[in-house]
Amino acid sequence: MSALLEIQHVTKRFGGLCAISDCSVAVETGHTHGIIGPNGAGKTTLFNLITGIYKPTEGAIRFRGESIAGLRPGRIALKGIGRTFQNIRLCKELTVLDNVRIAFDSQLHYAPIEALIRLPRSGRGEQRSIDESLRLLEPFGLLAHAHDRAGDLPYGHQRKLEIARALALKPSALLLDEPAAGLNTGETAALTEFLRWVRGEFDVTLVLIEHHMHLVMNLCDRITVLDFGQTIADGTPEEIRANPRVIEAYLGGADDE
Amino acid sequence: MILAAAAASSAFSGWAFYLAQQSINALQLGSIYALIALGYSMVYGVLTMINFAHGDLFMLGAFACLLIAAFLPLPFVVILLLVILLIGLLGALIERVAYRPLRGGPRVSAIITALGCGLVIENLTLVNFPYAQRMPALFTSTSYQVAGLTISTLQLLIIGISVALMLGLDFFIYKTRYGIAMRAIAFDARTVPLMGVPADRIISLTFLIGAGLGGAAGMLYGLAYPVIAPSMGVLVGWKAFIAAVIGGIGSVRGAVLGGFILGGVEIMVVAFLPSTYRDLISYSLLLVILIFKPYGLLGRAPNQKV
Repeated sequence: MSALLEIQHVTKRFGGLCAISDCSVAVETGHTHGIIGPNGAGKTTLFNLITGIYKPTEGAIRFRGESIAGLRPGRIALKGIGRTFQNIRLCKELTVLDNVRIAFDSQLHYAPIEALIRLPRSGRGEQRSIDESLRLLEPFGLLAHAHDRAGDLPYGHQRKLEIARALALKPSALLLDEPAAGLNTGETAALTEFLRWVRGEFDVTLVLIEHHMHLVMNLCDRITVLDFGQTIADGTPEEIRANPRVIEAYLGGADDE
Repeated sequence: MILAAAAASSAFSGWAFYLAQQSINALQLGSIYALIALGYSMVYGVLTMINFAHGDLFMLGAFACLLIAAFLPLPFVVILLLVILLIGLLGALIERVAYRPLRGGPRVSAIITALGCGLVIENLTLVNFPYAQRMPALFTSTSYQVAGLTISTLQLLIIGISVALMLGLDFFIYKTRYGIAMRAIAFDARTVPLMGVPADRIISLTFLIGAGLGGAAGMLYGLAYPVIAPSMGVLVGWKAFIAAVIGGIGSVRGAVLGGFILGGVEIMVVAFLPSTYRDLISYSLLLVILIFKPYGLLGRAPNQKV
């Protein structure tokens, strides 16, 4: 199996603070890869490095074998990496539909002047982006809310909308930053099933940061454990569950929370 | 008794006619302010930056029209489109060369750069046109009498073109991919590029449209008040900026509303009070509106992070 996304010996320092230190992760095509670790372990920093918000201080990041470290976030997104955020980052003033249409932008090809004088190509493009956005919203249970302001949606719906928006980009890898944050046990179980469906339906490799062990253990093919910016374990859910260093990091992490 | 009533009614209708006549003038001035205010508001929307060179781009619109008309005997509409294109491209060029390199820097640097660009434009124009110029009449404007009111072709054209441009912009902003991208970037410039939106291109486009509308306003203003000077961008630019703030800077519809309000107030003050009161009252209006609506009439408070 080939690695879709490879993080090779990446280090990220912020001044004196070393957020990520010599970290390596390989995400296989078609896998669901979990990133776990105590708070402050550097998980979100790792996502920010992959999506180009930060540049690694050292090391390489490859996507489909191609180096993407240092590219601008927009370029990386167009290469096929979508993401969601730990604290939801929707355009709350825009409608649900428009939030998804933003991500279709890169798939539309007509010039500003065509948009203004309403050439057929622009009309068709807009209609296609609306149709496809609506089609995407349906399985997410958001079709009825398409014309509501995104900021007015209940929290769980906003999380789903963020996933829908990321999928509109037609990514081959989808990075989910704590998708179950703020959800109760029942909702988390539903999300687990939903992500399973997403993975099959959209043929997408999932990389997820999550604290809900049940979700991670159920869904992931492989798990990387970070602590203090370093990889302390990497393996299948069974291997991780049995790993003494992981148990130590979690139990040790318990008394400073 | 009957005579007195007739006199009163004629006095009333005279007053009403006067008001109606002044309203036409107010629409004319207001639509020009609105066109300029749009440029301030759009740029502020995507970059939270005040483009202080915008008033000078407005001035250049008038001079571009003067130059084109002097050398090329083109129809009015072609000149208008050329002016929009030229000033729009210049606006986008200024953003690319002068503002973009400073985007990550301190906000005050961007403001000073914008002021500097404005002064460079103004003084470059001054070097070439040391004296005020007479704007050529591009067509013969005839006056129509409608229900006792006088309205000229020029006034109709200015109002009509402005409204058409504003409706076009509104469609563009609310219905097309570019408009959606602009509004999304205005809301969150850091996240939206992650959705594959080419933020820099959208920002260039925003400057192009904003400056183009400013240039169109300059040309229309020059036709309405046909003595043009390189310094004309300063005061008119400030006033349009005020209009944008009154309407709620960052809001496109707010800019239009603010433009018409300011134009209306100015014309009505001059119509009923000594003309020296004009700026006093318009600026006081700004202060009063901001006390009660700090984000302007249609502006929204930024999201509070809890």
